[in-house]
Amino acid sequence: MAARAVRFLLLRGWLLAVLVVAWEVAARRAEDIYFPPPGRIVRTLLDDPALDALAPSLGRLLLGWALAGAVGIAVGVGIGLSRVAYHVLDPVLQFGRAVPPPTLIPLFMVVFGLGTSMQLATIVFGVVWPVLLNTADGVRSVEPVQLDTARAFGIGGAARLRYVVLPAAAPKIFAGLRVALGFALILMVIAELMGSGDGIGARLNAAEREFRPDRLWAGILLLGAVGCVLNGLFLLVERTVLAWHRGARRTRT
Amino acid sequence: MLDITGLSHRYDDGHQAVDDIELSVEGGELVSIVGPSGCGKSTLLRCVAGLQRPSAGRITVGGRAVEGAVPPNLAVVFQDYTRSLFPWLTVRDNVALPLRRHGLGRAERRARAAKALAQVGLDGTGSRYPWQLSGGMQQRVALARALAYRPSLLLMDEPFGSVDAQTREDLEDLLLAVRGGPAGEGGPAGEGGPAGEGGTAKRPPGRMTILLVTHDIDESVYVGDRVVVLTGAPGRVHSDLRVDLPAPRDRVATRGLPEFVRLRAEVGRAVRRP
Repeated sequence: MAARAVRFLLLRGWLLAVLVVAWEVAARRAEDIYFPPPGRIVRTLLDDPALDALAPSLGRLLLGWALAGAVGIAVGVGIGLSRVAYHVLDPVLQFGRAVPPPTLIPLFMVVFGLGTSMQLATIVFGVVWPVLLNTADGVRSVEPVQLDTARAFGIGGAARLRYVVLPAAAPKIFAGLRVALGFALILMVIAELMGSGDGIGARLNAAEREFRPDRLWAGILLLGAVGCVLNGLFLLVERTVLAWHRGARRTRT
Repeated sequence: MLDITGLSHRYDDGHQAVDDIELSVEGGELVSIVGPSGCGKSTLLRCVAGLQRPSAGRITVGGRAVEGAVPPNLAVVFQDYTRSLFPWLTVRDNVALPLRRHGLGRAERRARAAKALAQVGLDGTGSRYPWQLSGGMQQRVALARALAYRPSLLLMDEPFGSVDAQTREDLEDLLLAVRGGPAGEGGPAGEGGPAGEGGTAKRPPGRMTILLVTHDIDESVYVGDRVVVLTGAPGRVHSDLRVDLPAPRDRVATRGLPEFVRLRAEVGRAVRRP
């Protein structure tokens, strides 16, 4: 097990390690105030209360993502189950998805003022689309034989949704949720940059005003790390929940 | 048990699948429906199952009309087991899921599933997933699901069409063994035991009525009490033959009987007739 972990790190991590060392060496030799060496960035990150800003940002991100996920799955199922709803709503959905979410921030600022509501609205509106459209697509493309089976054995209503339709659509729903998680991080930062009292975005604004490139770098590093960790955790959950999907796909030739 | 009168179906694209089919099946009979591809066998089965509303005609199951709604005492085994079993459920849950309709508690559903799996020779596979099993075993799971449901009418749509020849013969014998009832085909294991129905016999272990669609002439005669031959497009009943072969049937001895050979030839001629 330990040997495997070491091998994994060696195989997957060596390039990253080489790049960090090269960056460190180059930045130390250049002594440029705009490009501090990574060692100093990490120290800034740990000394500075930048980490304190993580909690409110992460809270918004996860709450916005969860809300968008819930709304997206619920509406997506409704649309996926009804042929009429799908055809009527499709143009509306295509338009909604095509609107670049950041353009709504000024509007949400006017409507909600500066603060958490505006940021949440931005995140939810921006990331609901991939979840909604993927869910609708997944629900619509359940195998006809599976639906026939459910019908023949009298599995209807809520049981059909819970044991047949949702599991069948789960791989697509998860794909949508994963894309949404990446979007949510981006929109969280944009919303915070445009108007927020706390969070990583607010801290980046402050660092810019105070002319502290090291703090800007610290924020960038932190956000990158947050993105990686969230994606990693999501994949872990997905692997567990969709273990059947991987297994079935491997064996079906 | 099952009465079909004047059944015709034309699909939306104008394709006439079956035309004026008359068929009557008595309780406990195993009727093979055989015919060339495109003769509407599957359409007929889907109409009986209530999965397809026919353009014309009337179907009653146990005296109750099937009108685009699936009769409650009916189970189906589909050909495509890789799709008809749910890959996200374990074998046990696949078998137990339809039993929710019977209003059974979780423990009872599980017990019935375990019993049905034992009947088809799959003890101990309950916690595995269908895709971890071979094709023949998956089709056994589909059969166990139908058995656990305790239907009075079992519909099988080319159930053994996707497995190899050896497995196919095993499954044919298994079907004869589990269909239940008095005629000494082996009888379902565990069904007649003292613990069988938990003391109170809710339903006497009567034979299931089975409608089996196949394109395999040999199979239609070997498992059937009757063979109904459909021909042509649109499908019509061409002939209806009684199979008087002794029970229990044996995959070697039965196939060597002159009567078996005669019937197989007769069905074969009927199927190939234009």
